[in-house]
Amino acid sequence: MSLIHKTAAELGALIAGRQVSAVEVAEAHLDRMAEAEPKVHAFLHVDRETTLDQARVVDDRLKAGERLGPLAGVPIAHKDIFATRDMPTTAASKILEGWRPPYDATVTRRLREAGLVILGKTNLDEFAMGSSTENSAYGVTRNPWDLTRVPGGSSGGSSAAVAAYEAPLSTGTDTGGSIRQPAAVTGIVGMKPTYGGSSRYGLIAFASSLDTPGPFARNVLDAALLQEAFSGHDPLDSTSIDAPVPSVVEAAREGDVAGMRIGVVKEFGGEGYQPGVLARFHEVVQLLESLGAKVVEVSCPSFATALPAYYLIAPSECSSNLARFDAMRYGLRVGDDGTRSAEEVMALTRAAGFGPEVKRRIMLGTYALSSGYYDAYYGQAQKVRTVISREFEAAYHQVDVLVSPTTPTTAFPIGERADDPMAMYLADLCTIPSNLAGNAAISVPCGLADEDGLPVGLQIMAPVLGDDRCYRVGAAVEKALESRWGGPLLKEAPAL
Amino acid sequence: MSAITRDEVAHLARLSRLALTDDELDHYATQLGAIIESVAKVAEVAAEDVPPSSHALPLTNVFRADEVRPSLTPEQALSGAPAVEDDRFRVPRILGEEA
Amino acid sequence: MTTIMAYDEALDRFEPVLGLETHVELGTESKMFCGCKTTFGAPPNTQVCPTCLALPGSLPTANAMAIESTIRIGLALNCSIAEWCRFARKNYFYPDMPKNYQISQYDEPLCFDGYLDIEVDGKPVRIEIERVHLEEDTGKSTHMGGATGRIHGADYSIVDYNRAGIPLVEIVTKPIPGTDRLAPEVAKAYVTELREIMRSLGVSDVRMEEGSLRCDVNVSLMPRGSSEWGTRTETKNVNSLRSVERSVRSEIERQAAVLADGGRIVQETRHFHEDTGTTTSGRSKEEAQDYRYFPEPDLVPIAPDRAWVAELKAALPELPSVKRKRLRAEWGLSELDMEAMHNADAIDLVEATVAAGAPAADARKWWMGELARRANESGSALADLPITPAQIARVTELVASGALNDKLAREVLEGVLAGEGTPDEVVEKRGLQIVNDEGELSAIVDQVIAGNADAADKVRSGKIAAAGALVGGVMKASRGKADAARARELILEKLGVSE
Repeated sequence: MSLIHKTAAELGALIAGRQVSAVEVAEAHLDRMAEAEPKVHAFLHVDRETTLDQARVVDDRLKAGERLGPLAGVPIAHKDIFATRDMPTTAASKILEGWRPPYDATVTRRLREAGLVILGKTNLDEFAMGSSTENSAYGVTRNPWDLTRVPGGSSGGSSAAVAAYEAPLSTGTDTGGSIRQPAAVTGIVGMKPTYGGSSRYGLIAFASSLDTPGPFARNVLDAALLQEAFSGHDPLDSTSIDAPVPSVVEAAREGDVAGMRIGVVKEFGGEGYQPGVLARFHEVVQLLESLGAKVVEVSCPSFATALPAYYLIAPSECSSNLARFDAMRYGLRVGDDGTRSAEEVMALTRAAGFGPEVKRRIMLGTYALSSGYYDAYYGQAQKVRTVISREFEAAYHQVDVLVSPTTPTTAFPIGERADDPMAMYLADLCTIPSNLAGNAAISVPCGLADEDGLPVGLQIMAPVLGDDRCYRVGAAVEKALESRWGGPLLKEAPAL
Repeated sequence: MSAITRDEVAHLARLSRLALTDDELDHYATQLGAIIESVAKVAEVAAEDVPPSSHALPLTNVFRADEVRPSLTPEQALSGAPAVEDDRFRVPRILGEEA
Repeated sequence: MTTIMAYDEALDRFEPVLGLETHVELGTESKMFCGCKTTFGAPPNTQVCPTCLALPGSLPTANAMAIESTIRIGLALNCSIAEWCRFARKNYFYPDMPKNYQISQYDEPLCFDGYLDIEVDGKPVRIEIERVHLEEDTGKSTHMGGATGRIHGADYSIVDYNRAGIPLVEIVTKPIPGTDRLAPEVAKAYVTELREIMRSLGVSDVRMEEGSLRCDVNVSLMPRGSSEWGTRTETKNVNSLRSVERSVRSEIERQAAVLADGGRIVQETRHFHEDTGTTTSGRSKEEAQDYRYFPEPDLVPIAPDRAWVAELKAALPELPSVKRKRLRAEWGLSELDMEAMHNADAIDLVEATVAAGAPAADARKWWMGELARRANESGSALADLPITPAQIARVTELVASGALNDKLAREVLEGVLAGEGTPDEVVEKRGLQIVNDEGELSAIVDQVIAGNADAADKVRSGKIAAAGALVGGVMKASRGKADAARARELILEKLGVSE
């Protein structure tokens, strides 16, 4: 089997055992990128020499007898929303074109320290606002399963890169589903850790109280290894949890659900859900029962209001977070002809530098925070947030994890929802509640929908710091399904 | 009738420092109107006595000791600046209060 | 041209209501939300980092010492301390504010509902405190081109963000009615007292000229007999204690003229000009700002532990006003003397001098006399003179022991101030010991009596007052080093008279 088809755990072991060099592994992936990128366009920035330099350093360190982590030398792609010192960081926005941060995000720094080799920065919906990666200022990314379809979003470059074997691992951020939804529609694993379990420092903020860095991988164990490598308390992020990281790798290795109580969220299903998605979901619920789990139905009536609450809270925070892009200290500056005022230059720059979805959300958030509207919109949305958290809490008194389809549909065609924001927002219907409550949630592949042959994701939700439960159940499902399929789901994907 | 008027959108655009054309104002008025109608559903949840959550988790008292950490060099600080003069960020004239 | 009404007439017709918002830059080592230094006057953009420059992805972390200092300020101002409160974002675009929002506090201040008792003209005045909250400072713009340094007419500006993110405590009073004619003095006395409290707490160097204490002064007038408050104006960044007083006075005079003329006061920001002593209109608040405050999601709520707050309260230093009362009693001074010392910023110096062993009266005499004169001459603050309370105490000791007289003591001080060393070193180097040798003094006395026969005769005939001229002669002949008292005794003895 070629290097690009190996798991991250396997590559890490081969490199650590010096059976293969980090440079060889990086080269194999760079070659694959050269082949796949013209079709997929998962990456915004690639710099072959910088990548190989990093790989050489890892090889040298191993040669010198240094003991590095299990992923040392394994290549990784970073969503272009994490600050990287040696590469541009743009959040897929014109307003940050060419910007090079003078610092590293905590996630990128920790992964560098663990010896991972950066292949490049991946495409996303501008400032992570979107569910299709069509809102990038630098072109759309295509779904490796069907190049006419979206790879999900906002972390669509990261999901596509892993699904297309361009990278064994990638990072993403999940604010309303931006890891789980792209993972689901590209047939890979994507995890939103507990809010505060992974540092936001150096992650260009969209909605501060929701943004969560997380891993993409082609299997559950790899995702757990990656999460473990960048997780843990960060004094630079005040909302970071100062508590031990749950033992996710151990849970992923065990993958046993016997005796676990699993709740099916009643509200996620029915109208608006693709039949093929529901069919795979119901099969996997039966599978869990057959593996010894106790399955019950759980009702969370307020989850229906999670989407509108989210579309008030996230835009409100983003309207403030994105105010710093003002043409004064960095980034684009438009219209500075020596006569215009700073105020005019700011407005011209922001009009030219932000795409339509970003502008929509900034104005929506400005509206929701305005005096006279605050209580009815932002204030009420925060109360709904409390209600949703309480419903989760009540549910977790009855069950260990909750499950649902990750998305109501499989990957939709490029362009289909681009001009219909409301339709686009529905893609995150099932993923948003976990963000509001700060809970952990994972998406694992659970088959292909009959009507279009495209991947379907199973979402497994767990309480705050219950990340290990997501991995435990995810690994059990993966093991059972892969033995049924005779290998990973991705082998069903057509060749590019 | 839309949930938001064109003039209100113009006001939001001004507050948000977005120079929008007349056509854009019309376009956003329609779209934002539809979105606002939809998100107004949050009012359907009875939550009078429920405390609002501004954060995902109920953490409190996270502080940093009052210790100096290294700053950027002026070169690093100014590296992304559109215009620089005398180690300062050069910005267009500020319409502001008389100082 | 602004017309004004004479102050007395204005006060005959209107009653002022004051309000003060005071910003104090805390003297923490590092900034409010990042680890950058806070040194004043550093080269531009050398004390900045991703957080205080608002680089994409950066996050704030709250400075524990700034929180503690704010709570201590609140406690010193008799405030309640919030059990739970949050930072909030105040959203508005301005080039000197990197994030285009200021992290501040909105409806949940750290401290609230306090008061500060001051004395004006011998009368007690209670200033009610609405709130004390914590926020961050902005960067500093320099306006280029056009009229020098003015924002209007400038071609462009250049911005230094060293100051951005320095912790700033905002202390807001409730409206202060009933000050009547003393409004300007009340305003000044309040800010003065606040400044001393900050100093005694050690939370800020409160240098108004460096902007570490800044004051916004709200003034409104209502016609005498009315109970409805008028529209207020807010005069920004009044940068000295004297300006606090002057700006209130000038705004009362201006508003009175407008109202008397049948005009309306516009709610607006005004700026005080030191040179003319008047205010001019700034940005009108008529297009109301909508700051869209909301809880800061990047920082978690603050819930000060009650036991800790109680500890902080117990450990507060004696407040300046209490201390002044105590010291006045201990030193047996009049209220007027005490006030003069207060106004001269001499109390702490005198206290330290007394602590170093000097009698209070002597310590006060030197600081308020010779040293105040010298500080005044050199235009420096008393505390900045290059002499220490311990050195003053040593000088008083030398005088008490008879080794120096007042004239020599003044020369010693001059030497110390000139950098010639400690008092003992100056005495040594300049040869300033008093003449203690009885034989030498006796010889001088004889010589002076011989050379002043007229005066000597007068003394002999009982006009003892004439001895003064002879003592003066002895002092002159000894170049000031004689012990005047002993010289007088000797003169009387030699002339055969007694007192």
